[in-house]
Amino acid sequence: MNATGLVSQLAEILVAVAAAPLLMGWVGQCRAWLSNRSGAGLLQPYRMLRKLFQKDAVIAHNASTLFRFVPYLQFATMALAAAIIPSLSTDMPFTRAADAIALVGLFALARVFISLAAMDIGTSFGTLGARREMLVGFLAEPALLMVFFTASLISASTSLPTIVDTLAHRELAIYPSLAFAAIAFLMVLLAENARIPIDNPSTHLELTMIHEAMVLEYSARHLALIEWSAALKLFNYACIGIALFLPWGIIPDSDPVGLLRAVVVLALKLGAFGFGLALIETLSAKMRIFRAPEFLGTAFMLAVLGMLVRLLLGS
Amino acid sequence: MELLVLLGIPLLGGLLLGLVGSRPYAAELNVAVSLCTFAAGIALTLRVIAQGPMLVWDELFFIDPFNVFLVALTSLVGFTTSVFSRPYMRIEQHHGRLTAGRLRLYHAMFQLFMFTMLLALLTNNMGILWVAMEAATLTTVLLVSLYRTPASLEAAWKYFILCGVGIAQALFGTILLYFAAEKILGAGGNALLWTHLYEVKGQLEPTVLTLAFIFLLVGYGTKVGLAPLHNWLPDAHAEGPTPVSAVLSGLLLNVALYAVVRCKVLVEGSVKSDLAGHLLMGFGLLSVVLAAFFLWRQKDIKRLFAYSSIEHMGIMTFAFGMGGPVANFAALLHMTVHSLTKSAIFFAVGHATQKAGTQVMDDIRGLLALSPTVGWGLMLGSLAILGMPPFGVFASEFLVLTTAMKQQPWATPILLLALGVAFAAIFTRVQQMVFGEATLKRLPESPALLPVFTHLAIVLALGLYIPPYLAEWFRLAARLIG
Amino acid sequence: MQILPLSSQLIYLCAAVMLLLSFAMIAQRRVLTLVNLLAMQGATLCVSTVLVAWSTGQHHLYYSAALTLALKVVGLPWILYRLIRRLDVRWETETLINIPTTMLIGIVLVIFCFGSAQPISELASTINRNTLGIALAVVMLAFMMMITRRKALTQVVGFLAMENGLFFAATSATYGMPMVVELGVALDVLVAMLILGIFFFQIREQFDSLDLHHLESLKEE
Repeated sequence: MNATGLVSQLAEILVAVAAAPLLMGWVGQCRAWLSNRSGAGLLQPYRMLRKLFQKDAVIAHNASTLFRFVPYLQFATMALAAAIIPSLSTDMPFTRAADAIALVGLFALARVFISLAAMDIGTSFGTLGARREMLVGFLAEPALLMVFFTASLISASTSLPTIVDTLAHRELAIYPSLAFAAIAFLMVLLAENARIPIDNPSTHLELTMIHEAMVLEYSARHLALIEWSAALKLFNYACIGIALFLPWGIIPDSDPVGLLRAVVVLALKLGAFGFGLALIETLSAKMRIFRAPEFLGTAFMLAVLGMLVRLLLGS
Repeated sequence: MELLVLLGIPLLGGLLLGLVGSRPYAAELNVAVSLCTFAAGIALTLRVIAQGPMLVWDELFFIDPFNVFLVALTSLVGFTTSVFSRPYMRIEQHHGRLTAGRLRLYHAMFQLFMFTMLLALLTNNMGILWVAMEAATLTTVLLVSLYRTPASLEAAWKYFILCGVGIAQALFGTILLYFAAEKILGAGGNALLWTHLYEVKGQLEPTVLTLAFIFLLVGYGTKVGLAPLHNWLPDAHAEGPTPVSAVLSGLLLNVALYAVVRCKVLVEGSVKSDLAGHLLMGFGLLSVVLAAFFLWRQKDIKRLFAYSSIEHMGIMTFAFGMGGPVANFAALLHMTVHSLTKSAIFFAVGHATQKAGTQVMDDIRGLLALSPTVGWGLMLGSLAILGMPPFGVFASEFLVLTTAMKQQPWATPILLLALGVAFAAIFTRVQQMVFGEATLKRLPESPALLPVFTHLAIVLALGLYIPPYLAEWFRLAARLIG
Repeated sequence: MQILPLSSQLIYLCAAVMLLLSFAMIAQRRVLTLVNLLAMQGATLCVSTVLVAWSTGQHHLYYSAALTLALKVVGLPWILYRLIRRLDVRWETETLINIPTTMLIGIVLVIFCFGSAQPISELASTINRNTLGIALAVVMLAFMMMITRRKALTQVVGFLAMENGLFFAATSATYGMPMVVELGVALDVLVAMLILGIFFFQIREQFDSLDLHHLESLKEE
């Protein structure tokens, strides 16, 4: 744990926290362009956060301490996950603190608490959202684990920095197992971040909501923190995907010039990712909720296939 | 030369009948073609008796004692079936169950089926064997659904799918066989020639051959009608026209068993354990027991005899599984007599059902009183198939049982029980059908019962006395099988 | 990690795609898409055969590939399309077990096949022997598709997919069967399809539907 390592770690956390709403804004803007609208601008999420922080929080009478406490917890878990995922460099102290499986556990922790908070007030929409979120999560988590296992098989370790280092330095070749894992990961990303085709993030129809239904009771700074952590979650997932499947550009040390270059490369990749996500959302329609298990089952199957193909063929 | 005639005649006959099969003389043409095939078969047999095993045409065809008598048997049963089918199909047409177009299909497919059977028996190439077996299924699928009733369509569909899936397993087995052979014999067509495989069978990789044999047994075993893969058999026999049931029981099952035994010889040479034999014995016993108990529940006469076929194929498989000169001899003899007897029974059954107008056994009564030839034919045929002396089936079953008592004593009570149960079931049913009062219809054409009695006469003769050349043949073949 | 030559990588990619297509066929509900997937599987097979032929210099495989192309990519799907059009088949197929369960069973089957193909793969001397497990998995998945479907046409597609898998197994274990045998097999499959076409019309005529539910009346009494 040296000074430069600590500095680059802090830089990474700051970059993640600051840039997450920008990614959301970019995705929204791309969706608007693809639907031939002019869109709300890249900085719209920041404006929304500022507006929310300035308001007074209104909380139901029967809300418990958990309800007040969960938004902070969400934000903290997502920020910690951002610290663990090697998006800029693999040399940071926190990246060795937890491996891929612990990361999945961290996401699960966040999911459990937001579901509890949703059920806390006792409204039916909250419980509806919590139930659906648990269904999606229950099916998506094995798929995510399988994706990590495929990557771990290739790099013989579950520690994310090691995986990134191995995959960044592999020869340019066609790896069918990684291709399968990438598609599976994309499907899990769509499911976990409540994007179309699992859930429409801009819907106002409560009966079709999954994620939005859970946060109907929140307001002001709590809502701001939850929206921010949702943006951070998308950012984190995108960085995981980039680290596993497109790791070139992540530097193995932490010298400042290299870090700046890594930030630029990351921005480019995230930009491409955002556009791709908007494209997928525009081209697909939201599925009915009972089709979600099929969707996630396909993701799981693809991930397992990737693993099996790797075991059998060695590629 | 005889080979060319033997294979070419059914093929050409099939194509010819495809064109003219609906004309009035089509049935006679069918008989004529079958007669020529039979003559060629006899000629080939005589040649092989004189010269010994032959490799013909660049080693593509191999004729040895094992398959030449099957060739003679096949062409004989084909001939007699065509004689039987002449009046039978005319009566069916008269009753309105068949149109001229369907008759054309029937005649063409009949000859093509004979061609595929003979090809499967005579080829030396295991791959071509597979192709011929699949082709045999294909030619008969449309024949099973000839009457276009819902039941026959279902029977044909089951037949197609079950045998199709089975034959796909057999293809995988053949691929594995080729895989093992390629290492020793090199790539190319020669690696699938049975004669070459037989010479190097000791060097073939045991694990691969075991796996290959399992797939081949499951695949070809489906076509033999071994339980638990026998589901298609009762339906196909019951719903198709009687001549088709006769050739299915009498010929197809035999040729499929022939394929299984050829594979078994290779496997036993490579794998030093008794796995192949034990598998055959297991499946054979299972078939015998299952068939015997299902016999009781049958109400349709053709289904009854279809299950009897399953039972007898089970006995044969069991005998081949035991191995050794006596068991193999018994199995080969059983193949011959079962084929003749079962087709004779089906001939008699065919006319009986036509006279009674139904296939349900409870509605057929009094055959002996009103139609003595059919009644006697059925009675004697059933007695023969049940193993009564002095018919040939008794001799072969006796040999199988005595060998079982010596080599596999645990199986003997099971076999005896199953045979007893089958005896009781068939005997009671046939007795009810043959005696009693009933009204039967007059048939527009006189039934052809000469084939029935010819077959039964041969079976009786074989029961009393096996000519020396035949015995020698069987012994040679038995030794070959090991 | 050793790096394989480009041709091997491409062959492995083709094998993975074939496995993926098998799963896609199991999860598919529409009949037309099913036939398209079958054609795609045939095309992948053809590409894979050409790659093997090119990298090992076995020229008879080029003929096999041409045969596969003619039969499995063009001929058979065309026959099936015509059947679908003339029989006016448009419904989505119903399955006996629901699709996620089928996929899970499929994964178990794949693991089983990979395991059982290992000993044979080790004995093979071809460059693509590791794909034998995938070939066996394709066969078993097609077999499962045949068992768990109710419409006659999907059972036929399953049968053809099994053929594809077997052909792939032959190519990966032994560089293909002798030409004579392959021609025979192709002829058999073609004739089988023709007979099936005739047969479907008979079924349709009798039952006014191709649902196999109607074909289940012959049971043991």
